[in-house]
Amino acid sequence: MIPAPFDYVAPTTVDDAVRALADAGEDAKVIAGGQSLLPVLRMRLAAPTKLIDLGRVAELRGIREEGGHVVIGAMTTHYEIQRDPVVDTHLRLLRLATDTVADPQVRHRGTLGGALAHADPAGDLAAPVLAMDAEFVLCGMDGRRTVPAAEFFVDYFTTALRPDEIVVEVRLPKLTGWHAHYEKFNRVAQAWSIVGVAACLRVDGGVIAEARVGLTNMGSVPLRATEVEAALVGHPATAATVRAAAAHAAEGTSPAADGNADREYRQHLARVLTDRALTAAAGV
Amino acid sequence: MTATAEPEVGKARLRKEDARLITGRTRWTDNITLPGLLHLAFLRSPVAHARITAIDVSAARSMPGVIAVFTGRDLADEQGSLPCAWPITEDMKAPNAPSLAVDEVNFAGEAVAVVVARGPYEAADALSAIDVDYEELPVVLDMAAALADGADLVHPELGTNKSALWVFDSAQAGTGGDVDLAIAEAEVLIERTYRQQRLIPAFMEPRSVVVDPTGEQYTMWSATQIPHILRLMVALTTGIPEHKVRVIAPDVGGGFGGKLQVTPEEVVSLLVARRLGKPVKWTETRSESLLSAHHGRDQVQKLTLAARRDGTVTGLKVELLADMGAYLRLVTPGVPILGAFMFNAIYKFPAYHFACTTVFTNKTPTDAYRGAGRPEATYAIERLMDELAAEVGMDPLAVRELNWIKHEEFPFTTVAGLEYDSGDYEAATAKAKELFDYDGLRAEQAERRARGDVVQLGIGISTFTEMCGLAPSRVLGALSYAAGGWEHAAVRMLPSGKVEVVTGSSAHGQGHETAWSQIVADQLGVPFEDVEILHGDTQTSPRGLDTYGSRSLTVGAIAVVKAAEKVVAKARRIAAHLLECAEDDVEFSAGAFSVRGTDKLVAMSDIAFAVFSAHDLPEGMEPSLDAEATFDPENFSFPHGTHLCAAEVDTETGAVRLRKYVCVDDIGKVVNPLIVEGQVHGGLAQGIAQALYEEAVHDEAGTLVTGTFADYLLPSAADLPAFVTDRTETPSSTNPLGVKGVGEAGTIASTPAVVNAVVDAVRHLGVNDIAMPCTPMRVWTAIQTGRPDAGGPGSTEAGGGLGSLSGGAQ
Ligand SMILES: Cc1cc2nc3c(=O)[nH]c(=O)nc-3n(C[C@H](O)[C@H](O)[C@H](O)COP(=O)(O)OP(=O)(O)OC[C@H]3O[C@@H](n4cnc5c(N)ncnc54)[C@H](O)[C@@H]3O)c2cc1C
Repeated sequence: MIPAPFDYVAPTTVDDAVRALADAGEDAKVIAGGQSLLPVLRMRLAAPTKLIDLGRVAELRGIREEGGHVVIGAMTTHYEIQRDPVVDTHLRLLRLATDTVADPQVRHRGTLGGALAHADPAGDLAAPVLAMDAEFVLCGMDGRRTVPAAEFFVDYFTTALRPDEIVVEVRLPKLTGWHAHYEKFNRVAQAWSIVGVAACLRVDGGVIAEARVGLTNMGSVPLRATEVEAALVGHPATAATVRAAAAHAAEGTSPAADGNADREYRQHLARVLTDRALTAAAGV
Repeated sequence: MTATAEPEVGKARLRKEDARLITGRTRWTDNITLPGLLHLAFLRSPVAHARITAIDVSAARSMPGVIAVFTGRDLADEQGSLPCAWPITEDMKAPNAPSLAVDEVNFAGEAVAVVVARGPYEAADALSAIDVDYEELPVVLDMAAALADGADLVHPELGTNKSALWVFDSAQAGTGGDVDLAIAEAEVLIERTYRQQRLIPAFMEPRSVVVDPTGEQYTMWSATQIPHILRLMVALTTGIPEHKVRVIAPDVGGGFGGKLQVTPEEVVSLLVARRLGKPVKWTETRSESLLSAHHGRDQVQKLTLAARRDGTVTGLKVELLADMGAYLRLVTPGVPILGAFMFNAIYKFPAYHFACTTVFTNKTPTDAYRGAGRPEATYAIERLMDELAAEVGMDPLAVRELNWIKHEEFPFTTVAGLEYDSGDYEAATAKAKELFDYDGLRAEQAERRARGDVVQLGIGISTFTEMCGLAPSRVLGALSYAAGGWEHAAVRMLPSGKVEVVTGSSAHGQGHETAWSQIVADQLGVPFEDVEILHGDTQTSPRGLDTYGSRSLTVGAIAVVKAAEKVVAKARRIAAHLLECAEDDVEFSAGAFSVRGTDKLVAMSDIAFAVFSAHDLPEGMEPSLDAEATFDPENFSFPHGTHLCAAEVDTETGAVRLRKYVCVDDIGKVVNPLIVEGQVHGGLAQGIAQALYEEAVHDEAGTLVTGTFADYLLPSAADLPAFVTDRTETPSSTNPLGVKGVGEAGTIASTPAVVNAVVDAVRHLGVNDIAMPCTPMRVWTAIQTGRPDAGGPGSTEAGGGLGSLSGGAQ
């Protein structure tokens, strides 16, 4: 498969990358791991005239702790996230969700920033970062700004990024000691989610003190199952609590229908998978 | 010379071709490059049915690097009509089949123009500069609707969407009774309609063709299964004399029937190369392959099985609709007919009726896909046997046993008129039951049912047989197939005692080089390493009918044996001469000829050199040991086996997990158990994929929505259980090696085993059918409502990652 012609630049700093993007205008795209962009180019579903490769921008790569936060550079690969002890300790949900993405080959190339900027509703990482109250640090010609995850995802494949902006890093509050689980449902091992449920809980003395539940592919953007969260908090961490809460999982959702799942079935799956995700997270 | 004491046949040798295939050291067609090579790209119709009112290629012609652009009209006088070699009835309707559409397009993906450029990128870029005006016509997709009075027509000039009606009736043929009588008198009737969804062969190496017109012959390299048939067919189609065409199939990366074709792209490549006098290459993209390479299956099967209350079958009536797609390709109409003889399977049906209506639709043409006709038949009968068992309240294995041919009843002439030479269904089943722990799993199933477990267990059975070795030429003739089914081989003894074997079989992943070498090593008593297998080039292997239908071992390798026997016969004469004894006194063993009762001997290699020097040969004998043979068997071979599948169904989500899969295949004598294992594993994966994963889906406009591997789901090893495979060995009596063929067994047997298991898991919840593929949504919906086919056929959007490809951030 052969993409349409394009120019290619590989800047080494964020500022150069942003300038290149601004100069090239609407027809430019940044390329990270290429695991979503290259198929789009090769099938000629998009034909940007300029590709700005972020692969040489050192600043965009890596994982660091900043007080109560873990900050992950946009160009950090799925593989690096899977292997990172800081992530495992403080952001277990992200690690568990990343484990379900694609296959080792793709995980060595694909990046957190790319996956989130791509904003595929079936992508597995958006619902977890939404559930974890992440913030996105974006940089454009006017400088940097911080956008909460809830505002970053706008629509199918659409984010709050302006044409001259890139994702620099993702800041995630530490959820140390939280129980987490990502429950993914798909038809073959290597596939995007038909529905996915990201759950994390803080349990204090047998009672659910805080709960975060994110839904993958239950709408045009990742969703928070707020009714479920409300039904959990303050209740004992038991199977009965989980069951009752999970019944709310599909409330307010209007998922798409496709060959794998019509709307009703997706909503049913959301309830079943929420139950399973919470059960696994809470260990009940 | 080291004699091979231990027989080669039966050894689990690693395949000699694998090093070059796995390391990519070989040259596939796309790796071939020639001086001045030009590249082709095809523009394909985005619509399923339309009149082409105008094509403007002028802008494309002036794009950088573009040498020429041709439309169907430009090639109309020379492109002919793509061949269909299997006119199943005398009145079969067949449309003209241009390689490049001229006036109208009949499926989305049909080629309408070709760009020739210096590079593949330039060719691809120029496609978007071609401007085609399509006047859209009504789209015909559903077979039943296509046959209704007043239906829109795919090919108005044919006056109907019905291509042919092919009937076999046991009462008429004198092979059995009257099925309608059996139905009228039946104590139990099982009536079902099953759908064989459309599948895509999805071979690993995309199709590719290179044509060099600069020599005395046109040389065509093609990623094809059928270099010999292709040579003849392109000659007949284009009018280029056959002796002016040479076809080479270099290493070919899989086919599964999908490369058993004479493609539009091959014909156009040849014509363009001839026009320009320059070599050209075309290699398809994966999306092009999924869209335009022929599809497989796609039948609606209306089935009526008559039986007695005690479970004895009394009749079977099969009424098929088979989707041809828009055109009849090489053997399109013959595929469902190959199934006609297999619906009765291993069972003693006293009466049988088969009728197949072949139908045109505005979809990609269908044609052979692994199993071709036989998986469809096996699915239908094995599903029906389970339904019968449920209806009469018997264990499904017991119903089968009650009705199958007993081992002492062979040879057995079936109600479809085939003579099964051998088989032992009891032995294979007993072994499979034991390996599977049938009774243990049944007990667990009962326990889970009683407990109302979320995860229910089902057991699926498939006791299959198939007809292998597409050959007996006279049978193929009786079925109106245009060609025969023989195979050719030659054995060449080199002066140093090494051996070259020429075979008309055309391996594309099967491992013939290894298996043929093992066979020849035994036949001639030479080391395995001393044998070289030459194939796939009409110049080195001048005669052949190629590889498909599990025919290579049962036909092609037998030709090799026959040729080797001739070599040994000649060598024996020379040995007697050299040993100064009578020919009758010469014994041949382990590569040496000896005088009976003495220690005087002469090795095969010595004889090879003696023939080369030709100083001292028997009077009147020509100085050559080489021999060739063409083998045409008397009958098919009939592998069989018992496949048992345990499936767990998550009743909350509908997800199916295969817990255990046991198959015991009887494929007769085994040449190489490792190759057999590989064929079985791959076959199982493909058959399971039909049951659970794969389906080519078109939307209501006739657009293929499963156009990438994100939507057309192929399972990987991670989705499949560890297979337990074993064998029983009842030698075939239809060939001297006693072999039966294994290329399609796994695919044929596994699909019904899996679906039977899924249905068995939830039958107590009111389910007696789930349409393939048994997606979680379908299984869940069936449990909820009993409806078998939720979401399809033809749901408008594919799921999975299509969204991932149609968008793009911002
Ligand atoms: C076979 C396969 C299977 C897959 N399976 C899954 C799966 O199961 N689950 C899943 O979630 N994903 C899956 N993916 C997608 C994978 O996770 C990708 O890596 C990811 O979606 C994109 O990351 P990338 O770094 O490759 O981004 P790219 O493909 O390079 O870019 C994607 C988009 O994001 C934009 N972009 C990238 N980086 C930035 C940035 N820093 N700032 C602004 N815009 C940016 C690009 O311009 C482009 O539009 C799969 C991919 C493949 C090829």
